[in-house]
Amino acid sequence: MDVTTDERDFDRLVSADERVEPRDWMPEGYRRTLIRQIAQHAHSEIIGMQPEGNWIARAPSLRRKAILIAKVQDEAGHGLYLYGAAETLGVERADLLELLHTGRQKYSAAFNYPTPTWADVAAIGWLGDGAAIMNQVPLTRCSYGPYARAMTRVCKEESFHQRQGFEAMAVLCAGTPAQKQMAQDALDRWWWPVLMLFGPSDEASAHSARSMAWGIKRFSNDELRQRFVDATVPQADHLGLRIPDPDLRLEADGHYRFTPVDWNEFADAISGNGPCSRERIAHRVDAHEDGAWVRAAAQAYADKHGDRAARGAAA
Amino acid sequence: MTRQTSRNEAPAGADVATYALGLGDDVLVLAQRLSEWTARAPQLEDDVALLNIALDLVGQARNLLSLAGGRENPGRTEDDLAFWRDETEFRNAQIMELDGGDFGRTIARQFLVSAWHVPLWDGLRASTDPDLAAIAGKAVKEARYHVGYARHWLVRLGDGTPESRRRAQAGLEDVWPYVGELFEPDPVTERLVTAGAAPDPAVIEPVWREAVEAVLAEATLAVPPTVRRPTGGRRGVHTSAFGPLLAQMQHLHRSHPGASW
Repeated sequence: MDVTTDERDFDRLVSADERVEPRDWMPEGYRRTLIRQIAQHAHSEIIGMQPEGNWIARAPSLRRKAILIAKVQDEAGHGLYLYGAAETLGVERADLLELLHTGRQKYSAAFNYPTPTWADVAAIGWLGDGAAIMNQVPLTRCSYGPYARAMTRVCKEESFHQRQGFEAMAVLCAGTPAQKQMAQDALDRWWWPVLMLFGPSDEASAHSARSMAWGIKRFSNDELRQRFVDATVPQADHLGLRIPDPDLRLEADGHYRFTPVDWNEFADAISGNGPCSRERIAHRVDAHEDGAWVRAAAQAYADKHGDRAARGAAA
Repeated sequence: MTRQTSRNEAPAGADVATYALGLGDDVLVLAQRLSEWTARAPQLEDDVALLNIALDLVGQARNLLSLAGGRENPGRTEDDLAFWRDETEFRNAQIMELDGGDFGRTIARQFLVSAWHVPLWDGLRASTDPDLAAIAGKAVKEARYHVGYARHWLVRLGDGTPESRRRAQAGLEDVWPYVGELFEPDPVTERLVTAGAAPDPAVIEPVWREAVEAVLAEATLAVPPTVRRPTGGRRGVHTSAFGPLLAQMQHLHRSHPGASW
């Protein structure tokens, strides 16, 4: 096989802003980078079900209960499309889950923070999904076709979640003093973890430059973080909430200056020392182990009856 | 529950409210149990499916409780009914509130209940009460999906490994005694049946039994013997598992009386 021709074809696709498809030749580093990023994204979706799922049983109205169930269901669905996109690169979902369970692949550190009140659910929707959209809309133009297409669907649903989160926050802010305080406390808890969602600053980001060259990433972490802050501060003003950053100010260039993220805390949260890191993974591993007999049953049934029902049963 | 009947209200209207309240409490409480599986299903496909069923059931509960509360005078909202009634005022059948147990018990319960919902909603589509008929028209489509999902798993658990078979049979036996309550005659239902507003439980039971026995045979599971028939949910008598479920569901709402969410 003429590798030089393959490489030329790949470079041409990427520079022409066309999509690389699973059957196309791709550099091994490109494949590995995509697997790492898509898996991390999929893991974030399924771990993210825990802090929000925590409030389904206690949702304060039936309407909010329905909205929250639908949101968490969407997150499970996003996990499915993303693991599916990763599988087009030649890895199995079961193997990726094993890497998650053993701490060898990461997920967004933000999900290692707790959700002690109902307002945390609203804040995750408003801020967490808001940040996710900033990060992910550019990924709908990612050079790898299956990932780009999965992101198109994910972003559509997340923009819906973001609006619902903002609306839930607005209701709290217009509510009783206790509700308003709950909203402010949740913003205080989530502001920094959400800024961390954009990843390390450009100088410290191990993978950024190469991902940009490959058309996987379109904007740097710091650019996206700035965009998020610029969009979100006026929303907080509208809600009558105070952003927990005393140095935040609007500059003449129309952008907000803000205190840099505490990257030591970020490093801690991402490497498994966040407030809920152990609990999130332990919950995930328990669920997986508790379900082993069910997956084994599906496999045994499929073996006996030769049906197609074992799809995904090995995961 | 206390209900005031205004002079203009046809007796069937009050009966419809009581009937809708029972069916609405059923699906609300079952949704609450199903949502306990969030982020702990055996595989991601089942997280999606169980949440999907829970979401359908919450939607049905909202419709049924709104109907029930709207027929009262003065009326109550869906949230008044969900969050401000005490245990003895809930009218769900006891099978809905039982602890979900393992996946075997959850699937066995879901199958038995959804297999009842399908003929129930199907019959209710022809109700002389247009609101009940409209709710049932949507719910029957959802229940067909629910029973399909539960059947899919019950067959695989029953005819899977020795462990899954043991667990499926045990789950089935845990919930089986409670199905009798679903077919029990009561004066409200009897009046609605006479008025053409509700299907006759005596007609639904053989349809249900035939469907259930066929699937249990396919699943190579034994139909459990009926040793006892707990009852009373429709009169506000509940199992000890129910109090904690309600306490959790109602706590936040009740902690902020009068607040909007």
